[in-house]
Amino acid sequence: MSLDDVRRALVRIAHEIIERNHGTGDLVVVGLQTGGVPLAARLVELLREIDGTDVPFGTLDVAFYRDDIGLRPVHPEKATSMPCDLAGRVVVLVDDVLFTGRTVRAALDALRDLGRARAVQLAVMVDRGHRELPIRPDYVGKNLPTRRDEAVEVSEDGVLIGDLGPR
Amino acid sequence: MTPSATTGAARGAVPVRPAPSAPPATAAPGEASPGSRPASPPRRHLLSVADLGRGGILEVLHLADSFAEVSERDIPKVPALRGRTVATLFFESSTRTRLSFEAAAKRLSADTMTFTASTSSLSKGESLRDTVETIDAMGVDAMVVRHASAGAPHRVAGWVGASVVNAGDGQHEHPTQALLDCYTIREALARRRGGDAPDDFAGLRVAIVGDVRHSRVARSNVLALSALGAEVTLVAPATLLPPSLEGWPAVVSGELDPVLAETDVVYLLRMQSERMQGSFVPSLREYAARFGLSRERAALLAEDTLVMHPGPMNRGVEIDAEVLARSGALVTRQVHNGVPVRMAVLFLLLGAAPGGDGAAEAPR
Repeated sequence: MSLDDVRRALVRIAHEIIERNHGTGDLVVVGLQTGGVPLAARLVELLREIDGTDVPFGTLDVAFYRDDIGLRPVHPEKATSMPCDLAGRVVVLVDDVLFTGRTVRAALDALRDLGRARAVQLAVMVDRGHRELPIRPDYVGKNLPTRRDEAVEVSEDGVLIGDLGPR
Repeated sequence: MTPSATTGAARGAVPVRPAPSAPPATAAPGEASPGSRPASPPRRHLLSVADLGRGGILEVLHLADSFAEVSERDIPKVPALRGRTVATLFFESSTRTRLSFEAAAKRLSADTMTFTASTSSLSKGESLRDTVETIDAMGVDAMVVRHASAGAPHRVAGWVGASVVNAGDGQHEHPTQALLDCYTIREALARRRGGDAPDDFAGLRVAIVGDVRHSRVARSNVLALSALGAEVTLVAPATLLPPSLEGWPAVVSGELDPVLAETDVVYLLRMQSERMQGSFVPSLREYAARFGLSRERAALLAEDTLVMHPGPMNRGVEIDAEVLARSGALVTRQVHNGVPVRMAVLFLLLGAAPGGDGAAEAPR
């Protein structure tokens, strides 16, 4: 997936979000640290261009909610920041790659502690399969079949697949 | 979960639970792993600020930023240490440190156990070693130890499988106090200068005033502040300085007034009458007259000089009540910041990966 493909996919997702929610009224776009944050920021810009409204933009770090603390080093990246109370809002979670689903599960727990959202939707740039939990994205940039031991990275150069090396 | 070649070799060798006979060496050397992400090796104990070094101190401070955000939520609690048990073992009295550690553990969803010397089998003559081994046998993950004897937490660390945090040992060290003080200074500097909190205290002048001789807070703070680049001046009568200051990264002054105008932070130490066997000062009144931060003396300070005290305060001795109303007085802020900083310490000791395998794979 080239950078242009990523850009086009984001535009489509932005349109899908507006269509599905009949506008952007109660939306909050929340990027998951760290890969989801630039995508979420871009999504907010697109929503403004398309719909002319400013959608609140938050970031969420789920390091303290992971179920694999102790299995791997945890690096909280940046503090969570939420622009508004989530009660009654529709949260669109944004991440770069959806894999096992464990990050999203942790994000759902974290969101619950921040307020009772009316609904939570999930947007990802790449769905690479291999889910370990019953989690399904609402908006997908691209379904990308992968081997379990491959690495997928969404960067400024587009989407890269490669052999797993030390990150 | 196959350890990749690099991480497996570097980290797989570290046992999850070293045998109790393992040497009391604490933090592993603070070098980053070869991967692109700087991952410091897992630490088991926090016994001295010296174990952390500059990198470790900054790691705690940055992590504390995340926990400060957690502490401001409606539900100030995260499940990071669910299922872990933290025991606080206080062989010496304390209000703020023990409550602060307990609050920190609870906000991380850890279970807490409390041990207080006065209501324990110590009064039946049980030794320190038997006491901590008994508690260790119940299965705790961390012990927060305060003891009147210097080095007691080091000994405990050699006896038990749990991680040990020094919460003050005699006149030796009180590392979490120094960490929260650095965090508080950093926060105050960020507020004053605007922008991000500074990671470097170069050029910052800190005067530590009072009973340096008996103060574990002074010792830990000198180490931590100088590791971050601050210039530390110790101000005390000669009788309240340690017998030797060799190797201390600090200069000494016997007079407070000339230092006050030239400092960015005044850190007042408590007169530790309970540790004074003999007379170190003619009287508390005379001490207060020469070294207390009275209202008149506070007038010598620059407008934005920060004033700190680790508590508990002897009002009218080290500090006058009016001085606490200054805009630069950070005493309550220090207490406030104790919780997120101790959350960071507990999380680093208990939450980080013990074996580190699977580090290369980041499941989404």
